[in-house]
Amino acid sequence: MYEGVVQDLIDELGRLPGVGPKGAQRMAFHLLAADPEDITRLAEALLQIREKVRFCEVCGNVAEAERCRICLDDRRDPSMICVVEQSQDVAAIERTREFRGRYHVLGGAINPIGGVGPEDLRVRELVARLADGEVAEVIIATDPNLEGEATATYLARLLAPYDGVRVSRLASGLPVGGDLEYADEVTLGRAFEGRRMISTGPTG
Amino acid sequence: MPTYRDAAIVLRTYKLGEADRIVILLGRTRGRIRAVAKGVRRTSSKFGARLEPGMVVDVQCYEGRNLDTITQADGLAPYGEAISHDYPSYTSASVMLETCEQLTEEGAPALQHFRLLAGGLAALAAAEHDPRLVLDSYLLRALAIAGWRASFADCARCGMTGPHRAFHVPSGGVVCPVCRPPGSTAPAPETLALLSALFTSDWSVADASQRRHRSEASGMVAAYLQWHLERGVRSLRHLERTP
Ligand SMILES: [Zn+2]
Ligand SMILES: [Zn+2]
Repeated sequence: MYEGVVQDLIDELGRLPGVGPKGAQRMAFHLLAADPEDITRLAEALLQIREKVRFCEVCGNVAEAERCRICLDDRRDPSMICVVEQSQDVAAIERTREFRGRYHVLGGAINPIGGVGPEDLRVRELVARLADGEVAEVIIATDPNLEGEATATYLARLLAPYDGVRVSRLASGLPVGGDLEYADEVTLGRAFEGRRMISTGPTG
Repeated sequence: MPTYRDAAIVLRTYKLGEADRIVILLGRTRGRIRAVAKGVRRTSSKFGARLEPGMVVDVQCYEGRNLDTITQADGLAPYGEAISHDYPSYTSASVMLETCEQLTEEGAPALQHFRLLAGGLAALAAAEHDPRLVLDSYLLRALAIAGWRASFADCARCGMTGPHRAFHVPSGGVVCPVCRPPGSTAPAPETLALLSALFTSDWSVADASQRRHRSEASGMVAAYLQWHLERGVRSLRHLERTP
């Protein structure tokens, strides 16, 4: 244990994902020895994300306005929605340049043991986006693991009754158990191209 | 460093750091195991797919001071994969896996639990019965292994030969008219017959049961489970009945 503010800093850093107690301590002492200007820039960046970054009211992606850059871009095809678990997945798919539609960020995957059910995710908002009849295809791009698959199963069943909405899932070939955000561009691009239909709507 | 090898069922995983996963397993001979699978969230991992919940694997680990490390995992039965393609089966499997973790201890062999869970997951994957029946059968038997066997015929308090009509969760099952404490319920006789069939795996009776009796039985099993497990079972809230 260290005195007051130093320990406070270690505690705060230790709450970040992927940072253990030792790592937090190492980071704190690195910051203590750093150039004061570096510290100011870091502190500024942290304050900026609190003030400027929010979540897009349409798709849930990180945004600097009420709507994100992708939802505001009218060159993006509004008839296609790609459903992902988190904003990092949007970035990964954008890197492939394979998809020109819009996104929907769920905010996670259905994980009953972790206490996460469909009502804890942005599922209702997704359904609401289908109301105007403009959407023709929903591509489910949840992580290729048990929770991601089960979430896809749930969504496919939920969306099946919507007239004129095809539901597809990224092709297998993505390594199971891996995080979508770590998939390389070529593999992810291929998974998009080879996506399989899981439902074609009631009148199909 | 000492190493070991065991057949194991993956109960739960969670992310650790950038690319690793902590994996909680139930080993056939070692009981519950907590181990780290390094790099499995990177796409180049060779065994990440086999370390998903509901999978049965032949696992090799080396022992660490706090945490064991998985060095190899070969698939034995990919039940989890089939289960993820049916949502009611997925939510039922989640309750089974969570319950099993709560009823077992790290390093304490639990062969009966291993066999029961493997059988339950296999039944869900095969999709031959209503997943909710498979789950309720699993829960009654898992609680019995843990020492909380429910009685559906003879009085749970005095042992008087049944059948009896009243059911009382804290007493451990049906109770006779003399023992019947306040707060006892009176389920349908068909529901008690269904519970008894689920406990003994009499599937011809269970499969032929009516929806309202299944639903009443499920409520009673859930109450019985929550009564015995202090921490409660989180995933129970997200259970979904077969439409
Ligand atoms: Zn947006
Ligand atoms: Zn009695």
